[in-house]
Amino acid sequence: MTEREIVIRLRGIRNQFGTQVVHEDLDLDVHRGEILGVVGGSGTGKSVLLRTITGLQRPTAGSVEVLGTDVLNADDDTRQALETRWGVMFQDGALFSSLTVRENVETPMRAIDGLDPAIRNALADLKISMVGLPYIAGDKYPSELSGGMRKRAGLARALALDPDIVFLDEPTAGLDPIGASAFDQLIRGLSHSLGLTVFLVTHDLDTLHATCDRIAVLAERKVLVTGTMTDMLDVDHPWVHEYFHGPRARAAASEGPARSGQKGD
Amino acid sequence: MNMDSHDPTDDTPRAPDGHAETNGDTGFSVHHDPASGALRLSGPFTISAVTRAKAAFDDVTAEALENVDLSKLTHLDTAGAWALVTLRTRIGQAGRDLKITGASDKMASLLESVTRAMPEPTSPKDQRFSLSVWLDGFGRKVFAGVLFLRALTAYLGMFLHRLFRALRHPSEFRFTAFVHHCEEVGLRAVPIVALMAFLIGVVLAFQGSTQLRQFGAEVFVVDLIAISILRELGILLTSIIVAGRTASAFTAAIGSMKMREEIDAMRTLGLDPAMTLFVPRILALLVMLPILGLIANLAGLFGGGLMAWIDLGISPAMFQTRLVEGTSVEHVFVGLIKAPVFALIIGVVGCHAGMQVQSNAESLGRMTSNAVVTAIFAVIVADAVFSIFFARIGI
Repeated sequence: MTEREIVIRLRGIRNQFGTQVVHEDLDLDVHRGEILGVVGGSGTGKSVLLRTITGLQRPTAGSVEVLGTDVLNADDDTRQALETRWGVMFQDGALFSSLTVRENVETPMRAIDGLDPAIRNALADLKISMVGLPYIAGDKYPSELSGGMRKRAGLARALALDPDIVFLDEPTAGLDPIGASAFDQLIRGLSHSLGLTVFLVTHDLDTLHATCDRIAVLAERKVLVTGTMTDMLDVDHPWVHEYFHGPRARAAASEGPARSGQKGD
Repeated sequence: MNMDSHDPTDDTPRAPDGHAETNGDTGFSVHHDPASGALRLSGPFTISAVTRAKAAFDDVTAEALENVDLSKLTHLDTAGAWALVTLRTRIGQAGRDLKITGASDKMASLLESVTRAMPEPTSPKDQRFSLSVWLDGFGRKVFAGVLFLRALTAYLGMFLHRLFRALRHPSEFRFTAFVHHCEEVGLRAVPIVALMAFLIGVVLAFQGSTQLRQFGAEVFVVDLIAISILRELGILLTSIIVAGRTASAFTAAIGSMKMREEIDAMRTLGLDPAMTLFVPRILALLVMLPILGLIANLAGLFGGGLMAWIDLGISPAMFQTRLVEGTSVEHVFVGLIKAPVFALIIGVVGCHAGMQVQSNAESLGRMTSNAVVTAIFAVIVADAVFSIFFARIGI
């Protein structure tokens, strides 16, 4: 994180569904190698923002630039090349239910020309192991896995092609505190060892404390403020103040430093 | 030590002091120097290059390898790291130690995490074919079939039990739901059933007339149409259509409730799913299927009569006389008596399949198509049993 190369650059984004304006004149920069946590109240368009960057939702106005490519005006080949450089983990993993976990992880690798199937298999096993799943999980179908394991498998698929950026949509939602904390550490560890840039949408204050380098707060239809956790505590906006000073925030903050000290390996 | 003699941008294989594998697409190359035992890698070592690299690595014997030099690598991803770690493991198994030199901090950290994460394959399942495996599978399938029949019988029993309970405690019976399902199952099926039966009548008259004309026995086409439609086809084809329409609808409706835990919620609220969901549906089917069968009979006779008139010149009056004189009324009853049995089969199969849905959408789809196939198959089997039975008692 010595250089501050910008990998995602959003300018003047406007998203509108019917008469309801979700984003207006929204700007956001994400730097290479950082873990950015996006927070916001329900309905502030956190997931819409993620879908906008990944091209699943076309904004009414504005520009999206990812890794130097203009996502909205790129031709198909450029877009395809770009899509191999990012991975998305959806809320419940969004694994293909008719494929085993290993086949799910192999799916993005099938696009690589001349990749030997045996090697593809071994690489999928490696990714499965890297996200902390046991070897036998590779042979299972998504319906045979627990929620936490499905999320890990979804992450393994997102990481299949060693992307530069991973997008995580509520990675710890629906996990028990132990599972959630293990997932936080997993994200932190993988981002460090693989040099990932992580764009993380979350509600979970513990995750923000434990993993994120920087936090972006969505409110009033735009990115209200970005900064580190300590910066957030000084923001003078009613929602932000409530969010970072509420009883749950205090609880997370009091155990946050202890935990991040623990994994400072 | 001819390190300087190798130019990483040179794509041509090197000879004779060593051999090089290059990949023109990615600019990645492997160069092995047997004299020093060094393996030099250059360019980006990514997933696109890993197949070539692995093949090149495998060509090198463990004895001819001392260290791997990564100093000219521009990029290393997990696939490349995996190939290096696999190579190191292989050399390690040969009792030697492979040094990896020239790795940048990032590469070293990646290599370390890959080494830590290397999966240890658990032994794959024994999948050899043998008679005992086949017998085992066959036995399990037969047993599962028996269990399935038992479960269907249990559902039938449950339905009858709740039905008698509803007679004793009419307040528990869901009358509104019953009427709603009568409309869904019965009224809305009338157009398709009538059209189908009409066309079957037309086809029978047409086929019968071409055959019977050869013997000058055209008038018997009336008997042919009447007996085949009233005894068999009217009710059988109606049941098949209803099985396709209604069994799937029952499974989908109950299955999606099961999927969203609505059935469990009902149980915790003291509502009996059998009473609230099964009884109105199966009872509606029980009431409506004979009516639909009757409509199918009429539509079939009408279609047959129309075709006989057009094709053979048998006037409607003549058709009517011949129908009343030549066809005993017992054919109608033989046909319609089957309807309630078919209705029970379709309803029970549909409800049972709905309750087997698990918490994923895939099982909902699978159970819905299973329900249709099972219901149609069971209806045809039951029809065959009825035919044998009526033949034996001489009706």
